[in-house]
Amino acid sequence: MTKKKEIKKVLLESVEDFPTMPMSMGNMLWNKTGSWRNIRPEIRLEDCIQCGICWKFCPDMSIEIENEWPVVNYDYCKGCGICAEECPAKCIVMVEERK
Amino acid sequence: MKKVIMGNHALSYGAMLARSQVIAAYPITPQTQVVELLSEMCADGTLNAKFIKVESEHSAMAACIGASAAGARAFTATSAQGLALMHEMLHWASGGRLPVVLGNINRAMAPGWTIWSDQNDSLSERDTGWIQFYCASNQEVIDTVLQAFKVSEALSIPSMVVLDAFSLSHTYEVAEIPDQAQVDAFLPPFKPPFRVTPDDPRAFDGLTSPEHYMELRYKLQKDMEKVPEMIDRTGREYEQRFGRYLGLVDDYLCEDAEIILVTSGTAGYTARVAVDEMRGRGYKVGNLRIKVFRPFPFDIVRRLTKPAKKIAVVDRNISYGHHGIFAQELKSAIYGHAECKPVFGFIAGLGGRDITPASFREVVDYTISHDRPEEEIGWIGVKK
Repeated sequence: MTKKKEIKKVLLESVEDFPTMPMSMGNMLWNKTGSWRNIRPEIRLEDCIQCGICWKFCPDMSIEIENEWPVVNYDYCKGCGICAEECPAKCIVMVEERK
Repeated sequence: MKKVIMGNHALSYGAMLARSQVIAAYPITPQTQVVELLSEMCADGTLNAKFIKVESEHSAMAACIGASAAGARAFTATSAQGLALMHEMLHWASGGRLPVVLGNINRAMAPGWTIWSDQNDSLSERDTGWIQFYCASNQEVIDTVLQAFKVSEALSIPSMVVLDAFSLSHTYEVAEIPDQAQVDAFLPPFKPPFRVTPDDPRAFDGLTSPEHYMELRYKLQKDMEKVPEMIDRTGREYEQRFGRYLGLVDDYLCEDAEIILVTSGTAGYTARVAVDEMRGRGYKVGNLRIKVFRPFPFDIVRRLTKPAKKIAVVDRNISYGHHGIFAQELKSAIYGHAECKPVFGFIAGLGGRDITPASFREVVDYTISHDRPEEEIGWIGVKK
């Protein structure tokens, strides 16, 4: 997981730089919600059937499909466990986060 | 083309002529006919809009917000409890800078359960960041819907077009229905600089840190401050095209008036009957009808009330524990700006009780015979 302190915040300096609408302010670049996580999903790829259901159900868009296999983005995954609950192959397990 | 229409249908015609693209609404008395007619227009093809049936007013405003964010011109209408249920979403529309236009029929808040008119529903939304227009005739309702879309879209601030229950909403008057081609020239299609689209993905309304939130609100206020000039400008353009000026206030015999009756909504025309009577008896009385309540038209109100010796504000609303709400606004507008003159605050017509010429006679008699108000609120027509 990328360390929070390594991320440069988007800071708008002048009111002229601000969009009229609260839009694309870049806050999620530094607000890495993965740090809220108490339990983490771990995917056992050997049992994965590549159905994409975990990708579809993740409410934080924290599961990406890379080369046709699911990969958890731990920068933003809050550990809600929906992917593990929905996985038809039961190949996602939620394990205690060690901090 | 001239038509005899009810105030509610004036809102429908305004939304139709504006070529609203999305209408989402939930029925509530006394607003129902507004969306009833619009749903018929959508069904028979008169209006090419998506009509979304929803399960509540909260959802109605949410649907309008989604539509507006996607770049569609969105309209809804409601009343009283329905507007209150929208409250959270009203902030999402204004904070998100989405130019939704909402017709609100002023209905008193329950309990006791009521369908009749007063202004406490819309005035409870005073601080949500919406422009508020208070109309006094069916013609003004049609015209104001068109102006509201134009002003809202230019400044990215939503608008409420407000009319009194029954005394306007269900009252039939002759109204000129503007020509569609002329309206199209006045109000071109809505083209926001940014919208929700897969072609240009952006995050809208997301988490905003203390480093950024305040500037967004500063910008909203700065744009609100541009509204009076924009209303005057679009009002003049409207006058050129349609022959009717649409301003911030509507003044009647204020220039030489010693007492100015300040009103809003339909009560203004009743006030004028009293003004004429009083003039006949030799009293210099005038009427200032405040049409735009937010942003408050400070400059013009200060200018028009300057010559008067006394101001009498008749409120069809109350801020419990304080005054009538327009009376508060009047005091705050003239404080420190003019020779300190007494502002008499009267409350009349709550919950649909009629405001008659006799009500204004009582107001004027009291104001003439007192140097300053003896009580914080003068109650008109209460069975004490």
